[in-house]
Amino acid sequence: MIPLNWYLFLSAVLFIIGAVGVLTRKNAIVILMSIELMLNSATINFVAFSRYLNSATGQIFAIMIITVAASEAAIGLAIIISMFRNKNSINLDDYSLLKG
Amino acid sequence: MDLVFLIPLFPALGAMINGIFGLFSPSYRKNHKLVHTVACGAVILSCAVALWVIFDFIVLNRPAGNIYEKVIFDWIITSDFKTPIGFQIDPLSCVMLFLVTFVGMLIHIYSTGYMHGEEGYYRFFAYLNLFMFAMLILILGNNFLMMFVGWEGVGLCSYLLIGYYFTKKSASDAGKKAFVVNRIGDFGFILGIMAIFTIFGNLDYTEVFHSIGTHKAFLLSATPVFGLSVVTVITLSLFLGATGKSAQIPLYVWLPDAMEGPTPVSALIHAATMVTAGVYMVARCSPLFQMAPISLAVVAMVGALTAIFSASIGLVQNDIKRVLAYSTVSQLGYMFLGCGVGAYSAGIFHLLTHGFFKACLFLGSGSVIHALSGEQDLRYMGDLKSHMPRTYWTFLFATLAIAGIPPFAGFFSKDEILFKAFTAEHLGNLRFILWGVGAIAAFMTSFYMFRLVNLAFRGKSRVSEERMHHLHESPANITLPLAVLGTFSLLGGFIGIPLIPGANVFHSFLSPVFGGHSLAATEGAGHESMALEIVMMMVSVMIALAGMLLAKKFYIVSPEIPERLMNKYKIVYTMLLNKYYVDELYEKVIINPCEAICRFFWKWDDKAVDGVVNGVGKFTLFSSFLSHIWDEYIVDGTVNGIAATIEMGSKAGKKLQSGYVTTYAFIMLSGLFLLVSLYLILR
Repeated sequence: MIPLNWYLFLSAVLFIIGAVGVLTRKNAIVILMSIELMLNSATINFVAFSRYLNSATGQIFAIMIITVAASEAAIGLAIIISMFRNKNSINLDDYSLLKG
Repeated sequence: MDLVFLIPLFPALGAMINGIFGLFSPSYRKNHKLVHTVACGAVILSCAVALWVIFDFIVLNRPAGNIYEKVIFDWIITSDFKTPIGFQIDPLSCVMLFLVTFVGMLIHIYSTGYMHGEEGYYRFFAYLNLFMFAMLILILGNNFLMMFVGWEGVGLCSYLLIGYYFTKKSASDAGKKAFVVNRIGDFGFILGIMAIFTIFGNLDYTEVFHSIGTHKAFLLSATPVFGLSVVTVITLSLFLGATGKSAQIPLYVWLPDAMEGPTPVSALIHAATMVTAGVYMVARCSPLFQMAPISLAVVAMVGALTAIFSASIGLVQNDIKRVLAYSTVSQLGYMFLGCGVGAYSAGIFHLLTHGFFKACLFLGSGSVIHALSGEQDLRYMGDLKSHMPRTYWTFLFATLAIAGIPPFAGFFSKDEILFKAFTAEHLGNLRFILWGVGAIAAFMTSFYMFRLVNLAFRGKSRVSEERMHHLHESPANITLPLAVLGTFSLLGGFIGIPLIPGANVFHSFLSPVFGGHSLAATEGAGHESMALEIVMMMVSVMIALAGMLLAKKFYIVSPEIPERLMNKYKIVYTMLLNKYYVDELYEKVIINPCEAICRFFWKWDDKAVDGVVNGVGKFTLFSSFLSHIWDEYIVDGTVNGIAATIEMGSKAGKKLQSGYVTTYAFIMLSGLFLLVSLYLILR
């Protein structure tokens, strides 16, 4: 059996890749995709622990996360379409209206 | 008699129409014909109603008690003070009513000729009508308050009309003088009225005079004022009012100056009607005066003194109107002398005849002035007889009347006064002095009046070439009133024929007013007094004739005599010419100190009172400045300081708000990292 640590490492690596993607990329769609990555890393964690602890709760939560991710993607894409319609761009550097 | 309210109403309406339309409509102002039609129409209507009322009173419906009262409405109503607007007709007001409306009407007609083409024609007639209104209120009112209203009203109109040529300084000064001097008298009048109200609780003539009996004890009780009785103090206050209005010593100074007004005004207001208001008032209050022998003596003495005093000034004046003015003052003195010796009806009789002949004299002088294009100096007249015969004859009639030559009006009235003064036994030996003074004044009157006639109408002409050119007899609307007044001067005396019992119609007509208390000496008197009266009459006539002849001698036969006398008695002459320096005396003794006091108070006001006020202002200003500093630097400083601090903090925080999602995400993650790290480390 593959030890728990490996899953956790995989999950951590995925999360870091996602986080770095969110921080470094300018394209809104890519950022959205990076967030998906981070969510999925969390899902892997849940499933891994579920197996490790012999409890179904983690798996149920994983399904919950997938649902949330789906709705998030839908809303996120809708926002991005709206943004594109407004400024003809989805580059986040063009959206700094909250600058103090 | 119910129509009595119409008598003052018509002139009031006339004054309002002329005043309001004239003020607001320039085209109405220029329409002189309309203006004088309204004014004269009002007075003629008023006169017609007055004549009807008098006729009604005397012949048709003689009311019981000879007093007819009509209350129109209640004027002032408070808890204990109630005064109606009401009219009273009795023989006394009948006489005044006839004089005022009739002479007023004639003078209105005269004015249409005299004031022809004057600037402010409408103003003149509005004032004149207003005067008629006030005068009629004065004589017709049934209580003291209405008399006072009329009294002040005529004073106002007198002021306005004296200052009619207000662009002339002397005229406006004269108006002010008249007003101020009158106010001094009015002060006494007000005091008298207030005292009457306090004692009687009422101001109605009939009520007051009927309740004298119930208040008798109090009226005769002594007051702290020199120990005089209450009624004496009241009557003396009232008499002070009379001296102001009727130009008696010491308040006569305004009347000669009042001649600055147009001549019809002098005739109407300052000779025939307004100035007699004081005599009317004394006669009206005769029941009160009768209780105060001291007041009566004062009235008689002031009257006699004024008569001789102003007559002597009149001897040397050169201004035709001034001579007449002093003559008016002197004749008013006679009237007061009559009232003072208790012969009220004689005083009123003289008032009536004087009203006619003095109005005639003034109007005649106006006619002369008009013909000579404004010349008033007697030294530049002479021989006007041949140029203006109508004026001359009427003037002569009136002169004969004032001089007291029978059968002209003045003879009857003046003689009656002198006779009454001579026989006023309650005055003791004072009566002889009064009579003597009156007789000398009568001589002077005769002299200066004939001097006037001789200088103006007879002798050689001294009129300047230029004026001679315009010299003409006046038009009919001037000579007609003169003729009417001249006729009255001739015939007016016959309503009061002495000696024959029952022939003195005037006296018996007035007796209901004064009857109860008048010291009637002649009515039904014995043979001795009859003989005395005849002697007195002869003396009067002789005095008058002497004055007349002396004037003839001085000014026609040998004109060098007055010249010589003038040089010989230079001091007397200059003193008379300068009116005994009374004006200068008043200026020094009263006006200048008054002015000094005023100045002092002004200084006090300016420096002390204003100083305090300004000091407070300055203090306030200074404290506001301090408060301003505190506010600006401390309070605002605190507020602004807080704001600045916050701003500075915000500026630092602002940097965080880059607006880039990436930055926020980075901060969020690093924060999370930090928290988790801390958690792990500190666990």
